[in-house]
Amino acid sequence: MISKLFRSVFLVDLFQGLWVTFRNQDPKRIYTEQYPAERPKVGERYRGAPRLNINPDNGETLCISCNLCALACPENLIVVTSQRNEQTKRKDLTTFTYDTSRCMFCGLCEDACPVDALELTQDFEMASYTREGAIWDRQMLEEGPKPTQYKC
Amino acid sequence: MPEATFLDATELVINMGPQHPSTHGVLRVILKLDGEKVNGTECVIGYLHRGVEKIGENRTYQQFAPYVDRMDYVAAVSNGLGYCLAVEKLLNVEAPARAQAVRVILTELNRIASHLLWLGTHALDIGAITPVFYCLREREEVLKIFENYCGARLTTHAFRIGGLQYETYDGFEEEVKKFCDWFIPKVDEYEELLTHNRIWVGRLKGVGVLSADECKEYGVTGPVLRAAGVQWDLRKAQPYSGYEQYEFDVPTGENGDTYDRYTVRMEEMRQSTRIIRQAVDRIPSGPIMGKVPKVVKPPVGEAYVSIEAPKGELGYFIVSDNSTQPYRLRVRPPSFVNLQALDCMVRGGLVADVVAIIGTLDIVLGEVDR
Repeated sequence: MISKLFRSVFLVDLFQGLWVTFRNQDPKRIYTEQYPAERPKVGERYRGAPRLNINPDNGETLCISCNLCALACPENLIVVTSQRNEQTKRKDLTTFTYDTSRCMFCGLCEDACPVDALELTQDFEMASYTREGAIWDRQMLEEGPKPTQYKC
Repeated sequence: MPEATFLDATELVINMGPQHPSTHGVLRVILKLDGEKVNGTECVIGYLHRGVEKIGENRTYQQFAPYVDRMDYVAAVSNGLGYCLAVEKLLNVEAPARAQAVRVILTELNRIASHLLWLGTHALDIGAITPVFYCLREREEVLKIFENYCGARLTTHAFRIGGLQYETYDGFEEEVKKFCDWFIPKVDEYEELLTHNRIWVGRLKGVGVLSADECKEYGVTGPVLRAAGVQWDLRKAQPYSGYEQYEFDVPTGENGDTYDRYTVRMEEMRQSTRIIRQAVDRIPSGPIMGKVPKVVKPPVGEAYVSIEAPKGELGYFIVSDNSTQPYRLRVRPPSFVNLQALDCMVRGGLVADVVAIIGTLDIVLGEVDR
């Protein structure tokens, strides 16, 4: 009873809370990232901008035009077209369109790809000024987005 | 002199929402007020309706999994778990032990993340601005674990039908353990800020009382039911995904008021940490994917699976017609059912308490509207 009176007269509960806020003033506890100057390090498995990998030795695409990514996609946003090569009896990739405006980055296309050609990368800055800019063609998918670099 | 009859019309009808920040999204509540007193409410929902159940009928079983994350986007991992368990029940397969342990760790981490967001926004509604910063800071650590594990922070798509897609990364166990050790003092910190604070107690004690009988009538589940003194937790009552192996308590309240719901959720965060610690210590080795065919074609039949999501009982009812797509998919979202009790809790109270009660129900409108 007396302790209760003491607590209410001397505002113990309020000072307890203020002590918590005071403890958190420590500059070591700063969590803010200075974003454009300081880019966050995203996880290794981050599912960001899609990329169509090319063979680094000869610059040819790794894609075998099997269309499995397009079938796996829940939003049907991948369109793969190919042409049959009479000499090698294989399909050659002609166009590859990926509509990032409808993509929800679920990673099902990446899982479906049998040759690791299509991949969701760590790039996350993919804004564009137009709607058409969000629909990526084969060239864009192979090069990847080029965000502006800022210096502080 | 004619009588000014309009002065007798004491009832004032006002709209709260859908743009009101304290309705946690796009909930519209029509309040019938007599001065400061609330005589009745009416909820208008559907502003975020995307037809998730219908989308489910037009997608294959695997393709639909990312969509369930977008219902309760604060606890996407729990949604994924419920859906995967339902399809696994249809297929009559079970995830391997290793996958189950990892699933438990991730869902419990998600429960912590969901409760942290609830605490931050609820305190913000009531006027305590400090906790939201601390809560989001701690939640960030959980989201970082999700990002490292599956590559996404919020709409994770972490589980697949039959198990897991991703193996745990190097240092997963240490990171989770480190988080647990670091997190418990933080919960004490929130309690220091709020539990005995006279404004907090004054705003919450005796507000929005929902008795155990009323809870059962409305079908309310989750922390709201437990705060009324009913010890009902699906993790204990119908264990799934190996929850029977873990030791934990089900915290309950006594009065069923807003303050009790606060204490129950705080204790739940501690209990979740306890479960995570046990699960991390004994992740068995082995495969992470069960025997699931590439094309999921469950036999004709139906399955209902409910799990204890952070907000209450989350159920998935799937009817299969032996095709690659569900014939009908129905979700029993906890937020939607809990929201029905709003009128009962608010009636007779004050306008200022409406905000506190909406906050304490912990609704996510993405799940209410689906």
